[in-house]
Amino acid sequence: MKIHLNGQTLDVQARTLSDLLAELEFENTVVATALNGNFVPANERRATHIAAEDRVEVLTPMQGG
Amino acid sequence: MRVYDVQLQSRLFLGTAQYPSPAVLREAVKQSGSEVVTVSLRRESAGKQLGQSFWSLIQKMNVRVLPNTAGCHSVGEAVTTAHMAREIFQTDWIKLEVIGESDTLCPDIFGLVEAAKILTNDGFKVFPYTTEDLVVADRLLSVGCEVLMPWGAPIGTGRGLNNPYGLRTLRAHFPDVPMIVDAGIGAPSHACLALELGYDAVLINTAVASAGDPVAMARAFAMAVEAGTKAYKADPMEQRDMAVPSTPVLGKGDLL
Repeated sequence: MKIHLNGQTLDVQARTLSDLLAELEFENTVVATALNGNFVPANERRATHIAAEDRVEVLTPMQGG
Repeated sequence: MRVYDVQLQSRLFLGTAQYPSPAVLREAVKQSGSEVVTVSLRRESAGKQLGQSFWSLIQKMNVRVLPNTAGCHSVGEAVTTAHMAREIFQTDWIKLEVIGESDTLCPDIFGLVEAAKILTNDGFKVFPYTTEDLVVADRLLSVGCEVLMPWGAPIGTGRGLNNPYGLRTLRAHFPDVPMIVDAGIGAPSHACLALELGYDAVLINTAVASAGDPVAMARAFAMAVEAGTKAYKADPMEQRDMAVPSTPVLGKGDLL
C-alpha cells in the first residue's frame, strides 16, 4: 500500500508503525514518530496500525537555534 | 540564575545550528562556557544515521539540551514536535516557537499561549519564544510558564535589541521571572546590553556560528555576558540629558 513518509510517497508492506521502521531500516536509529500529525510514543509503535495514504513522520536530532 | 529549579552558572545559551563543522561547534560550546544548548528535530533518511551522529556529539559535551519547535506555524504542529522532542532528548524542557509570519519569524502570540497551556498541562517546562508585549507575557505566566524568552530582533537578523524601552519595561514589570533574550542578537555588545538591562541570560546562535571565527566569537560573547551581569549588579548610573563635569569645578584657577 502507499503511504507518505517524511513527505515522500512509498509503497510498503508493513501494517504497523514498528514494522514500517524495520522495513525502511530505521530500527537502529534515534527517531521519534508521528502518524497523521499525532505523536506516537516508541512503546506504542507495535500496536499502531498504518493504513493507505497515512502520513508518517520520522524525526531525528538535528542542529537547532 | 535559576530556571525551573535548575541552577545555572552561565548566562549564555548557545544554539547548535549553522557551524562550519562539528569540531567548530564543539569548541565554540566549550569556549562559550554555556551549560545549555538548543537542538531541534528534522526528518531522518531511511538507512542513515545523521541524527545519531549529531546527538552523540552533543551528549559528549556534558551540557543540558533545550529542544525547540522551530519552524512550527500551528499549535498542533508545535505540540506534536514537543512530544517527539521529549521522547528523543529525554527532557521536559521545550523552547516553544509558534511562528506567525514567515518574513519576520514573528511569534504567533495567540498560538503561543494556547500551545504553552497545553504543554504545561502535559508536564512540559516551557521556554516560550515571545515578543516584549506585557500582556502576552502575563498570559504566558498565567498558563504555567516560569521563564520568558522575548526576542531582541527577528531571528537571524543580528540587529540587536530593537526595542530597549519595551524590554526594559518587561523586565521591570516582572522582576522575579527569569528572562532570556532570544533571537536577533548580532554582537557581544548587544548581549552585554541585555544583561545590563537586567535580563538573566541571552540565547545566541547565528552571531556565533556565522562569525569568521566562531570559536573566538563564542569566547567574546561569554566575556560580554559576564561584563553585562557584573555591570547590572553594580547598579549603573542613571542617564542625564545635560552634561555634568566630572572634574571638580571648585578651585579651578582663573587663567583668562
